[in-house]
Amino acid sequence: MIPELGQFALILALLLAALQAVFGIVGPALGRERWTAVVTPAVAGQFVMVATAMGCLIASFVANDFSVAYVAENSNSALPLFYRVAALWGAHSGSLILWIFLLSCWTVAAAFGTARLPRNFAARVLGVLGTISFGFILYTLLTSNPFVRLSPPWADGQGLNPILQDPGLAAHPPVLYTGYVGLAVAYAFAGAALLEGRLDREWARWTRPWATSAWAFLTCGIALGSWWAYYTLGWGGFWFWDPVENASFMPWLMGTALIHSLAVTEKRGLFKSWTLLLAVLGFSLSLVGTFLVRSGVLISVHSFAVSPGRGEFILTFLVIMIGAALALYAWRAPQMQSEAGFELTARESFLLFNNILLVTACGTVFAGEMAPIISNALGLGKLSVGPPYFNPTFLVSMLPLLVLVPMGMHARWKRGGLGGRGRTLLVALGAAALIGCAVAFGVFTGAGILSPVSMTLGVWIIIASLIDPIDRLRRRIAIPRAVLGMTIAHIGLGVFVFSMTAVQAFTAERDVALAIGSSVRDGGYTFRFQGVGPIQGPDYGGSGATMVVTRHGKPVAVMHPAKRDYWVQHIATTHSAITINGGSNILVALGQNLGDGRWSFRLQVRPLVLYIWIGALIMAGGGLLAITDRRYRVADSATKEAAAILAGGDAR
Amino acid sequence: MRRLSPRLPGALLVLLALLAAPFAHAIAPTRMPTPELQARYERLIHNFRCMQCQDESLANSPVSLAADMRRQIRQMLLAGDTDQQIRNFFVSRYGYFILFKPPFAWRTAWLWLTPGVLLLVGALSAAWVIRRRATLVTRESGDEEDESLDDGLAGTGKHSR
Repeated sequence: MIPELGQFALILALLLAALQAVFGIVGPALGRERWTAVVTPAVAGQFVMVATAMGCLIASFVANDFSVAYVAENSNSALPLFYRVAALWGAHSGSLILWIFLLSCWTVAAAFGTARLPRNFAARVLGVLGTISFGFILYTLLTSNPFVRLSPPWADGQGLNPILQDPGLAAHPPVLYTGYVGLAVAYAFAGAALLEGRLDREWARWTRPWATSAWAFLTCGIALGSWWAYYTLGWGGFWFWDPVENASFMPWLMGTALIHSLAVTEKRGLFKSWTLLLAVLGFSLSLVGTFLVRSGVLISVHSFAVSPGRGEFILTFLVIMIGAALALYAWRAPQMQSEAGFELTARESFLLFNNILLVTACGTVFAGEMAPIISNALGLGKLSVGPPYFNPTFLVSMLPLLVLVPMGMHARWKRGGLGGRGRTLLVALGAAALIGCAVAFGVFTGAGILSPVSMTLGVWIIIASLIDPIDRLRRRIAIPRAVLGMTIAHIGLGVFVFSMTAVQAFTAERDVALAIGSSVRDGGYTFRFQGVGPIQGPDYGGSGATMVVTRHGKPVAVMHPAKRDYWVQHIATTHSAITINGGSNILVALGQNLGDGRWSFRLQVRPLVLYIWIGALIMAGGGLLAITDRRYRVADSATKEAAAILAGGDAR
Repeated sequence: MRRLSPRLPGALLVLLALLAAPFAHAIAPTRMPTPELQARYERLIHNFRCMQCQDESLANSPVSLAADMRRQIRQMLLAGDTDQQIRNFFVSRYGYFILFKPPFAWRTAWLWLTPGVLLLVGALSAAWVIRRRATLVTRESGDEEDESLDDGLAGTGKHSR
């Protein structure tokens, strides 16, 4: 009964999404106010129905209803309650339900957020969001319905993929999806502007909080995913240039370009059509990512929900959504010229470079991501593209970007120049170079040429970000939250760059064979293999080892790396033990029994690795702080004025 | 494993089998006689892909074929082969697919040239845009606007409209 209710609710949600889309787009076009008035109730109704559908699916998981195919395939009665709920997004159909639910949440938020904007514009935003909802709900119902029953029901479920049984999983996909889906709102704002044929600085100010918050969630989601992969996949890297990771990274790069380009559009009314293009491309890359991951075109370690037949639908949807937006764009963009000017050294130029470099980086990742598919399709042979391609090519555009960040932050708008901060920046660069080289050659050893350079850049970015807030504090000028947010986000970038360099250059990694009682040294630590024994969990068994870690004779930690054997699925997983000591991460992974009481281990000492994720979270935090800036709220009066003018214009 | 319903597609089993591979890691301690050989060994096994896994290097792959290939690399290194010889040996057997770093050949040139071409296009368009905008700025007077822009260092709320 409950699954049927869920399915029914989903069908109703589909119909409401259709209403929302049709009346939201056609209503304003024909100037029918009554049609437009339908949109908001449709949004509310759609949200209730989608939430009901998701609730029904969760209820089926909680109740262990193994007559539902999706529950039977992804859950098990031995699974703890927490993972039974998280199993909802453990595979394809359920992750789509989550996708739709989050889109519905964003739509409701957009309905509230646009309530004070001109009515036609708001209706168009919601209408565009409705088309996306419609497409995804239809896709779910036609190709991946999670409410399908089994007859006869199974006695017990197959269980959740063991690598997903981890607290990190509970947080990572929802946060990542929130970011992915959030780009839909920026897309909808761009779509509404294109439909309206009107784009001004006001529009940029309306759009910025949405783009920035989606970007912040995307940042958090990628960081959480990377952290999750770091400690559950057991091989201790933080980024693998894996196809699924790339699929989330490309929208992030595009989103980063978008939030910077929006700054120019809001401030100077420039780069209008470029900003629109970025908004369209950002969400398109979200869709491309969904397509690549879901279609099975790419097979990677993260892709736990592969389903080839479903790719065609997403591909068609993709072509429609991108095609429609680009066609509108081609028609409207030429009307959006602006006559404002700026000098070579102006803030506008730096943000232009920022955009070009980020888009280049995104294109590079895209080329590497698609190369195996393209090469195969064109009969050029099978190809693999891995880190040896991505690392150097990505640096080609990222290093110049890092060099430009500290200067760009201080460049003045329009006329250009560093506003008397040139010398301060130069001193900061000197200090940063000292710190960078001291750390690269003093604290660590064996640095190449690249690591001191990029450490210097990381420190330079941090110091440069602080110049302006310190100056304002000294002169007792209030620091607006947008400025504070930008400062914090850039500090996060600096922290990230610095720690990532340390990890890349100074990780000590070794695979060793140890007999019980023997010890080995690695990265300044001594690892003593104390013993190994069986372990037992709710749905797994396995072996756990005890490793005593000391440094200069002093105890640091007792670590328990384990190998789990999930008996429901017969899958073995590595559960590395991780300890943090003075900024370094010590990771021990248990290998296999080599006989004669000897086991193999992987030992890693990674300096500062935690700060990679902390840096990313600081960036996201800066973004979220920036959107609470007064001007996004105080603007109400100005907005009402604009609304009045616009309403007058429409009545004409 | 419990008996699966016939409804469950066989593909799922294959998928599970494939998924099973990467997560139990190959932790295969190998000691080379010199640190230099050790470094070359590590680099090589990280840059070859496992032919049976999804997106996994030889270094991490637990399957036996990968273990054989690691042994082969070790022997060739000990026999004094250069990295290039070892690479050629594996490419002749398995094709370019085995290399995580695609070679620069006419079939892959587009991939390697993409970043450069994008940068070039970007640089040219930046030059064009900035040139055009710089001529516009001299034509404008807009001194009042300049002041308000300078106040709002990084886009502050001061510059409200």
